[in-house]
Amino acid sequence: MNIVIENGRVIDPKNGVDRSTSLFIADGKVAGLDEAPAGFTAEQTIDASGCVVCPGLIDLGARLNSIEAELAAAVAGGVTSVVVPPDADPPLDEPELADRLVHRAKEIGKARVLPLGALTLGLNGERLAELAGLKKAGCVAFSQASKPVVDTEALLRAMEYAATFDFAVWLQPQDYWLSRNGIAHEGEVASRLGLAGIPVAAETIAIATIVQLVRDTGCRVHLTRISSAAGIALVQRAQHDGLPITCDIGVHHLLLTENDIGFFNPHARFCPPLRAQNDRLALSTAAASGLAAICSDHTPVAADDKLLPFGEAKAGATGLEVLLPLTLKWAESLKLSLSAALARITSAPADVLGLTSGQLTVGAAADICIFDPEATWQLTPEALKSRGKNSPWTGYMMTGKVKATLVGGRVVYQA
Amino acid sequence: MSPLPSSLPDAEAQCRQLVELIRPHLHHKPALVGIFSGGAWIAERLKQLLDLSEDIGLIDVSFYRDDFAEKGLHPQVKPTLIPFDVEGRHIILVDDVLYTGRTTRAAINELFDYGRPASIELAVLADRGGRELPVAPTYCVWDVALNDGDSLVLAKQDDGRLAWRLENA
Amino acid sequence: MHNPQLNKDGELTHLLSVEGLPQRILTQILDTAESFMEVSAREVKKVPLLRGKSVFNLFFENSTRTRTTFEIAAKRLSADVINLDINKSSASKGETLLDTIDNLCAMHANLFVVRHASSGAPYLIAEHLHRVGRDDIHVVNAGDGRHAHPTQGLLDMYTIRHFKKDFTQLRVAIVGDILHSRVARSDIHALTTLGVPEVRAIGPETLLPKHLDKLGVHVFHDMEAGLKDCDVIIMLRLQNERMTGALLPSAGEYFRHYGLTPQKLALARPDAIVMHPGPMNRGVEIHSAVADGSQAVILPQVTFGIAVRMAVMSIVAGN
Repeated sequence: MNIVIENGRVIDPKNGVDRSTSLFIADGKVAGLDEAPAGFTAEQTIDASGCVVCPGLIDLGARLNSIEAELAAAVAGGVTSVVVPPDADPPLDEPELADRLVHRAKEIGKARVLPLGALTLGLNGERLAELAGLKKAGCVAFSQASKPVVDTEALLRAMEYAATFDFAVWLQPQDYWLSRNGIAHEGEVASRLGLAGIPVAAETIAIATIVQLVRDTGCRVHLTRISSAAGIALVQRAQHDGLPITCDIGVHHLLLTENDIGFFNPHARFCPPLRAQNDRLALSTAAASGLAAICSDHTPVAADDKLLPFGEAKAGATGLEVLLPLTLKWAESLKLSLSAALARITSAPADVLGLTSGQLTVGAAADICIFDPEATWQLTPEALKSRGKNSPWTGYMMTGKVKATLVGGRVVYQA
Repeated sequence: MSPLPSSLPDAEAQCRQLVELIRPHLHHKPALVGIFSGGAWIAERLKQLLDLSEDIGLIDVSFYRDDFAEKGLHPQVKPTLIPFDVEGRHIILVDDVLYTGRTTRAAINELFDYGRPASIELAVLADRGGRELPVAPTYCVWDVALNDGDSLVLAKQDDGRLAWRLENA
Repeated sequence: MHNPQLNKDGELTHLLSVEGLPQRILTQILDTAESFMEVSAREVKKVPLLRGKSVFNLFFENSTRTRTTFEIAAKRLSADVINLDINKSSASKGETLLDTIDNLCAMHANLFVVRHASSGAPYLIAEHLHRVGRDDIHVVNAGDGRHAHPTQGLLDMYTIRHFKKDFTQLRVAIVGDILHSRVARSDIHALTTLGVPEVRAIGPETLLPKHLDKLGVHVFHDMEAGLKDCDVIIMLRLQNERMTGALLPSAGEYFRHYGLTPQKLALARPDAIVMHPGPMNRGVEIHSAVADGSQAVILPQVTFGIAVRMAVMSIVAGN
């Protein structure tokens, strides 16, 4: 289907495009910018007046508990590709499970699903999963989700094995022993509220270990959900040393701190935990400077699992439909350009994944997000398509509303 | 019941009048119990003027009031102090103003939790009518009618003298 | 952020934590407790204040001592008391904390006394009651995780006021496992709110929370230095579990460094008082000679505890 999207402000961070112009789509790909390509006749016209037209968002971390609802939520949030951690039930440690997931996602035909395969069987951190088989079935990289590998030797061997095939390993840096009893950042708030703390050392020790293993194995590693100033500093140093290490930061960690726990608000329980203000500022600076991509870490949690005392509540918040407005809110506070902000959730994640998506280059897949950057909407359970209504922002006004989303040149969502 | 005079009467003089009403009835050696805070001050006066040796009892009715559900606990509760054995005693309960009778009811209930008195008499300086319970003063110096919303308050001045004050709610 | 303990008139409607309460409310509770001490000294130890009201003791964590004092306090207020010991296994049979609360509300509860192993549980309950429009039901926190034990904090303050009168001239030391202690946290907030100029925490690094200084506390690792010239010493119980998990090597070593012996007590003021929330581990945190000595006020603490709990329940139930 030939589509022209006109009157919108086209922003393509990868190619440095930011202007009011038309975008042309043919055969599911970007066919042209500004001028219609030769012989192009539009079969569908989308009027994007007052809207931004950008590459579809790529979310580096979203859990899809009920896949239909969550993929619908993704495209409602302008997200066209979703990286799924392997910690569903059962964990994604067999090629057949990956097959099924990819197949089901294609059937649903909304956002693209990029599964992470389990690095170890059952995510137990002991025996390797069949990495090559999982890759063949569609996994883009391998991960332990948020379950650290305790046995350093096992981690070393797993990274060596992955390096053999040039597979990337995604790890959340969290020392098992220092984090196993903790429920909040070991800081002022936890001291005052009597919450078992997870020290920053849990993250920095794990990063230091992983960095050393990268040096020794040459394995490509992506560190997920960095939460501390000291942690991001270690990543910066490793990158400076030329090691193949990338990282991402959960969007909630750019905006919230331990203070948001307030009177034990279970919606402020995250893994890794929300840390102190100086951590938040360092993460914010790192994201703004291009050091880290931003993701939603979308984690739907049933109301019953959140309406519990803080230490018993499941961690995580709904993210797919707030990734865009929260990223815009973060960018606004730093006076970042819209293009720089959008890069963090489009071209930067694409770079991490080594994909050609996240851009509007001619010939790229037509995964497109059209949104009104000024429109406001209130975050309520009814407003969300996701089954996960759990959010520390419930009741707040969000700025930035998706008007339409295209995947492979097909409109998969329209407000 | 007479209307409120333009200038309020001398409370100290009224205490002396109350003393003369009680003096003929001391043969059964009554104990004085004053209800905080007006009644407590008056009971102190009565003890001095009647030349009684026994310490007076002081009662705070906060825990026995019937309006807990509406008003909650009074922010300033003082401890009740009954320094004698209530059992078998004749008691004169002393208060400044008798109005609905509910405070007296609460004080009587509280006294009964200390023992079974032989009798209780009520001594007040002022009776302003408006009774909501069948309570009557045994000794009273002044019958007065007040306007709606007004209340009569006994205060202790800086020089220690008791004086009436009219307050409007 | 609104304080969930106060109603819109600024009066206490739940007691969840000492933190966040203005000084006037703490003073009101202490003053009211004095009146209840008098009630407890009478022959008929009852007042009709909570007659016809139902107080539900919801103890998710076992504690016969605390539950008993709350029960006595409620009965002295003429309330009906229902004791519910909900241990973890029956809760894990599927009923959530809030479902339990809803069921009890349907049984016409007026006041919940709650002890729970998770910090913050009473807040969850108070918020839920507000959400379902039951502002007539009150919550008193009998201890939540490591966070707070406000009635213990208040009775400790009552004890100090009883023996020392003026808070603003005191040096108070809290000794022991403050990291895991809800009593310590409540004591610290109460002491600082009531104007105690010098609050000290004494213990090994492993048993003290980081950032104690942000709460206005001076940290000492040397007990002798910490006890010097103190007017009040609050000893905390050392739980056996602390010996696992590499926090402490042994009870013996702990006693040698942080146990209160007569010799160490002599470093404090001669009229210093020794307090302990109980139950005591003799020979671990406190020497028997001190526990049984003239400066210990541990038994009066228990008596004061009943009066303070009567005061708390009366105040919240009326708002």
